[in-house]
Amino acid sequence: MSTTLYDKIWKDHLVDQQDDGTALLFVDRHLVHEVTSPQAFEGLRNSNRKVRHPNLTLAVADHNVPTTDRTKGIADVESKIQVDTLEANCKEFGVQLFGMDDKRQGIVHIIGPEQGFTQPGTVIVCGDSHTATHGAFGSLAFGIGTSEVEHVLATQTLVQKKAKNFRINVNGQLPLGVTSKDVILQIIGKIGTAGGTGSVIEYAGDLIRSLSVEQRMTICNMTIEGGARAGLIAPDEKIFNYLNGKPMSPKGDNWEKALNYWSTLKTDTDASFDQELNLNADEILPMITWGTSPQDVITIDDKVPNPQSESDEDKKNSIERALKYMGLKPDMAAKDIKIDKVFIGSCTNGRIEDLREAAKILKDKKISSHVNAMVVPGSGLVKEQAEQEGLDKIFVNSGFEWREPGCSMCLAMNADKLKPEERCASTSNRNFEGRQGRGGRTHLVSPGMAAAAAISGSLDDVRKYQN
Amino acid sequence: MQKFNRLKSVPAYLPIVNIDTDMIIPKQFLKTIKRTGLGKNLFFEMRYDDQGKEIRDFILNQNPYKGSKILIAGKNFGCGSSREHAPWALLDFGITCVISSSYADIFYSNCFKNGILPIILEEEKIKELSEYANRKEEISVDLNDEKIVYGNNEIKFDVDPFKKKCLLEGLDDIALSLKKSDKIENFETNLKNKKPWIFND
Ligand code: SF4
Repeated sequence: MSTTLYDKIWKDHLVDQQDDGTALLFVDRHLVHEVTSPQAFEGLRNSNRKVRHPNLTLAVADHNVPTTDRTKGIADVESKIQVDTLEANCKEFGVQLFGMDDKRQGIVHIIGPEQGFTQPGTVIVCGDSHTATHGAFGSLAFGIGTSEVEHVLATQTLVQKKAKNFRINVNGQLPLGVTSKDVILQIIGKIGTAGGTGSVIEYAGDLIRSLSVEQRMTICNMTIEGGARAGLIAPDEKIFNYLNGKPMSPKGDNWEKALNYWSTLKTDTDASFDQELNLNADEILPMITWGTSPQDVITIDDKVPNPQSESDEDKKNSIERALKYMGLKPDMAAKDIKIDKVFIGSCTNGRIEDLREAAKILKDKKISSHVNAMVVPGSGLVKEQAEQEGLDKIFVNSGFEWREPGCSMCLAMNADKLKPEERCASTSNRNFEGRQGRGGRTHLVSPGMAAAAAISGSLDDVRKYQN
Repeated sequence: MQKFNRLKSVPAYLPIVNIDTDMIIPKQFLKTIKRTGLGKNLFFEMRYDDQGKEIRDFILNQNPYKGSKILIAGKNFGCGSSREHAPWALLDFGITCVISSSYADIFYSNCFKNGILPIILEEEKIKELSEYANRKEEISVDLNDEKIVYGNNEIKFDVDPFKKKCLLEGLDDIALSLKKSDKIENFETNLKNKKPWIFND
């Protein structure tokens, strides 16, 4: 029978099909961070259990770490306890940890690929919903809860129910200045935040194949915002080249064997999907979010919606609520939305390509005088690479702050926060109420759009700044 | 995980519908590193005033309900964010049985993962039981026989046989999966042959 890529990976990891309809799946790679792991390690300790495969587990502190001078340590007591606890747990259970002063430290979903820990055809989990990012390598990657983290640590397996197959085909070519962030924002706008519920989404089509590895990660990363369990892209030469020579990639003989296997990882041509969606890349424009859900998208040429023109009562109310929280007027032009802050970073857009894209726009320009802007590289290695290329200078000269790596203002668990009613153009993935700080207002955009907004002081069209 | 078999307690009655996990344990308590210790913050906003003093009217601040092991509540209990801190907080407070007419999915399964029995009853029966809460009389819950005994009456309830077994024997998912160690080991041996790069050997 013809099968999908998801079906293949699933089958290849089946340890046991259980009577109650669930399955025990083998987990090849487990990423761990400080927020969702302490209770899991505590559980192991209480029941005298070990980590079954410490060498298949990699830990890093990212959510709570400061992005300013690290030598001063962490000021917030509770944040410090979480980070210290991760360190102690990793030592006790023999798990490799990239500590706060390790150059390889960074956001968990950025360091996995960077180290070659993320590999095609594997099952990858982490106590974090944006684990979907790793699907860009053709791995089945998804977020899990704390009890499940403990389950994986103890057994290297996970109890799961099979999801449905959903394919999104994107064909054509993106217009100048339009990126994969705009593609995924448009997709979420189309399917809604519950559109992918119960499914694993495979992205296909010639546009997807033409994307770089980094751009593919941006798409898979935000799959979770469409409600899907995971996002997936069949691996190809670009992926293999990316992984070749990475510290944790297969070596020598194993590399050849892995390559052979990886090349088989694709959906059969006549495999059937439970659901399919087709998009034309040529029609995609630079996108922004106007509201408090990632599905609240419009193009930069559009206006903010007017609740009066909505007939459905529930939708009307939700538009009203969102506009009120966001401090926006109905029918306002997107380009008239004045911003206070710009945040470039996160596991969605904190990689080297994202920084290059923003720097290209910012070169020899100054940001608007009322704007406060910062770049938080996704990892220490991204930061180092950017500095070698002189990107840090471009950012700093234009008026941006150049920070240390971490999650930072993506979720405001460390000191980087929006103040109430402050408005931010952000390259992150969630614009929920209070996500970037209590009362803060978030507009999700691509790195280029964030740079354009910083220069203009209002949301703006990145195409204006393309040569 | 603690075994659950029989339980006797004066129930506490919270006649509120749609109690969400944010009400059970607000987001400021998620920076903890423990499952334990959350009991004092259970129903934080309803339980304490702005100065952090106990609100006397709130049921769990009163005797004998301070020591209740059974909570009776309105429908759709445990909706909202999937945080496992919600069952952890109930458990740490000492509540190991919840009775409601319906639950949010994730909360419901999280209960079983943490040794808490969530019982589903019709609204009518809930009313009857709530009288015992008001009168401060004990009721008893028997999981093995799937019944609640109160005064001279009893009510039967349903629970998935597999979940029941896990609670009775105190088996958590991990213990169950570890019973399949043979299968896991077999899988790993095959994996080492088929994909040696996975273990970095
Ligand atoms: S960058 Fe944001 S979305 Fe990504 S892992 Fe960190 S907090 Fe989560």
